[in-house]
Amino acid sequence: MKLFFFKRALQDILDNRFLNTVTVITIALSVLIVSSFALFFTNANELLDTWKKGIRALVYLDPSANEANRLDLKYNIQQLEGVSEARFISRKDALDQMRVQMGRQASLLEGLESNPLPDAFEVRLKPESQTMADIERLSSAIEALPHINKVEYGQQWIGKFTSIINVFKFVGYAMGGLFLVATLFIVANTVRLVLYSRQEEIAIMRLVGATDRFIKFPFYIQGLALGGVGGMIGMSGLYIAFYFISQKFHNSLSAELLEMHFLNLEIIAAIVAGSMLVGWVGCFVSLKQFLKS
Amino acid sequence: MKSHEDALIRLFHVYKRYGAHNALFDISLDIFKNEFLFLAGPSGAGKSTLLKLLFLGETLSEGQILIDRMNLARVSPKRTPELRRKLGIIFQDFKLIPTKTVYENVALVLEARGMGSKFIQKKVSSVLRTVGMEDRKKSFPPGLSGGEQQKVAVARAVVGEPKIVLADEPTGSLDAESAEAILNLLTNIHARGATVLVATHDQELIHSTKGRVIQLKEGKLIA
Repeated sequence: MKLFFFKRALQDILDNRFLNTVTVITIALSVLIVSSFALFFTNANELLDTWKKGIRALVYLDPSANEANRLDLKYNIQQLEGVSEARFISRKDALDQMRVQMGRQASLLEGLESNPLPDAFEVRLKPESQTMADIERLSSAIEALPHINKVEYGQQWIGKFTSIINVFKFVGYAMGGLFLVATLFIVANTVRLVLYSRQEEIAIMRLVGATDRFIKFPFYIQGLALGGVGGMIGMSGLYIAFYFISQKFHNSLSAELLEMHFLNLEIIAAIVAGSMLVGWVGCFVSLKQFLKS
Repeated sequence: MKSHEDALIRLFHVYKRYGAHNALFDISLDIFKNEFLFLAGPSGAGKSTLLKLLFLGETLSEGQILIDRMNLARVSPKRTPELRRKLGIIFQDFKLIPTKTVYENVALVLEARGMGSKFIQKKVSSVLRTVGMEDRKKSFPPGLSGGEQQKVAVARAVVGEPKIVLADEPTGSLDAESAEAILNLLTNIHARGATVLVATHDQELIHSTKGRVIQLKEGKLIA
């Protein structure tokens, strides 16, 4: 009996090859676009987490701060909640480090009459205190201490990056919603066309005692199959695109800084299951309307 | 003498109207188990409409129809298949699915009832052998003659061993030889215990078979 339903579903798909191919391609494209956003979020969030984990605050000291002040400050900073380490970087060490980093262009620094860099503390945070809120709170606490000129922790660009991700997230949700509706509509339409082409056959089936369940079941299988195949093709397309893009990224930028990962198996399974569900719902809607009439 | 309670099909003051036109007018009739009954009358007398009411192809305008204790006026759409499984219907225009083979057309009845594939294979082959169509089981209906299509329609009607067989002009467009073959099939089905109801205007067919004859004219029962 079950085999019969599968055979009929397969026969339906083969009989309406063109229509079903168009539907599968539409589902695949929708899945490709929606999962591209998912892939972007996953990697962007991972990147953001990595940056946040490595985050450190640079505390610039007032030029008037003497050795005793610095010792006091180091002690006071280390006493603050969430601080893992406060390392002193003298203005001389900072300039030497800058020279090393500038490499061949270090000659530009030769003309300096005096060292413009201030003394500073590099403050590292405990792993459990690396949220933006913790960093902001700590920054304010440090700024309140005496002889502190400025505290920097790259708050502006992290904030901007987070905003960009949020905008993309919103666009992703909106696009996902739109594509979901469009895919539903197309699947429903395909099934409706198949149903109309089989109107006479379905009427005869009913006359010989076929139940609606008997008529519907192969269409449900068909909807699930179209959704599943479309989902898998979409995910495969995304993987191929990801592979080439990540290869290029790997060659052109620091691999450590921007290591990209593909979606994990759970998300892939969820996306394919989602597209199967869309296929099924499309069938359900069409069948409900058709069999009612 | 049989009473109303013994009737397998019971029509009680049945009316069918299409707008102001009365297609059937106050029909009351009892059809008993294993009866062979002809619904006779000219074209437009209401024979096909009456058969359609019996398989819920049309809904009643007024009155009651009971089939095997099922009140058709109260049969919900969900229970319609249950009623139709009690019936084997032979349509005037055969109503075979052109994209399915002879075998698939007949097997559909049993598939819809959830029968196993081995049983279906055995049963369908046996019925096709009975109607003389076993060698054409892989053919598609458009490739068959009118007589052959009618034989397939008969096979489909009887494969589910229904209690009642409804036949609408079963020999209508057939040559004499094919018509006789179909009539033999119907009498065989009757001999196996089925109640057979044949709507026809073919007097020759009526006289060639033993059975009760009900005359319809302009939607009314006249004899």
